Amino acid sequence: MRTRTLELTVGLFILAGLLALLILALRVSGLTLSTNGDTYTVYAHFDNVSGLTSRSKVTMAGVTIGQVKRITFDKNRYTGLVEMAINSDVDTLPADSTASIVTAGLLGEKYIGISVGGDDLVLGDGDEIVDTQSALVLEELIGRFLLNTVSKDD
Amino acid sequence: MNGVVDRVASLGRIGLDVIAAIGRSGIFLFQALAGRSRYGNGFSLLVKQLYALGVLSLAIIIVSGIFIGMVLALQGYNILKDYGSEQAVGQMVALTLLRELGPVVTALLFAGRAGSALTAEIGLMKATEQLSSLEMIGVDPLKYIIAPRLWAGFIAMPLLALIFCVVGIWGGAMVAVDWLGVYSGSYWANMQNSVQFGADVLNGLIKAVVFAAVVTWIAVFQGYDCEPTSEGISRATTRTVVYASLAVLGLDFILTALMF
Repeated sequence: MRTRTLELTVGLFILAGLLALLILALRVSGLTLSTNGDTYTVYAHFDNVSGLTSRSKVTMAGVTIGQVKRITFDKNRYTGLVEMAINSDVDTLPADSTASIVTAGLLGEKYIGISVGGDDLVLGDGDEIVDTQSALVLEELIGRFLLNTVSKDD
Repeated sequence: MNGVVDRVASLGRIGLDVIAAIGRSGIFLFQALAGRSRYGNGFSLLVKQLYALGVLSLAIIIVSGIFIGMVLALQGYNILKDYGSEQAVGQMVALTLLRELGPVVTALLFAGRAGSALTAEIGLMKATEQLSSLEMIGVDPLKYIIAPRLWAGFIAMPLLALIFCVVGIWGGAMVAVDWLGVYSGSYWANMQNSVQFGADVLNGLIKAVVFAAVVTWIAVFQGYDCEPTSEGISRATTRTVVYASLAVLGLDFILTALMF
């Protein structure tokens, strides 16, 4: 085979390999090329963040408007501090909106759902959502339910 | 009494042989890779080997990738269906391929398809005294024959593993989405939510690089170190496939324990 064709096929092979890496990065692992420039950060304290992970989605009315950047433990308030990156074109979130941790399906992944408030002030970069609702822990719920049935029997 | 001493002596001989072989292969690897190629255009030698090891292995990698992805989706669907979470089939296929099956199966196929060919080729060169003729005319066979093959293996196999993963995930999507009727949005979204680029894709790639180095090293060394007879070549080729497969599976356990 001529050297030129040889080099061409090898070049195509290497290109295919790199393209595969790109597909794995963008399509499979959902890595986005967009920089942090077009998002702004909002904080929220939750009593219980179990099941939520970084890169979980943040939704409003079922539409994804951002993602969880980081989850840390606030040692002063004994709560989980969630840092969210909200797309900057969604800049009309009222300041008294509620953030709750919800589950997709019965056993699905956890994500944050924001329900709209009524305040005229809007959330800006670095603001905090005060009104929060913690993750639903299935075991606690079942425990409470069982306790209720037992006390009714008495 | 004498029999026992003989046994112990033969055990010692085997031990010394193994250690000597490990030492020889280490020196061999170092001499082949250290320094630059001094003979003509080293790049064109590398391209030729990349073609033989990489491009010609594409067919088997792609076909097995599709089938493995399809089987994973089918098996996963049947099990996950019982728990009502068949949307998770995408994340199961992707994680299985990226973390385990992609690098491991590619390495096993690469050992069978390219490693055995490497061993046989170099072994035959040794048996027909091409290697010593090269030395006679002042060309170092380690640099001229061995080094380009080693580098080509190091480069080609990780690329093959990446292609294997992509093709497998696509095959899984074909079965799960188009055939079994999993909603394509949840197939991909579940996958994107659970697969992390650094932890899964890059760790899988590191695995593939390690396997590439081990498989190519074993293949080339077995060829270079074989007995220069037809029987010796056949034994060396068998050893390449057996040793490379065992090394890949053993290393996979260690790497998995360290990574995940």
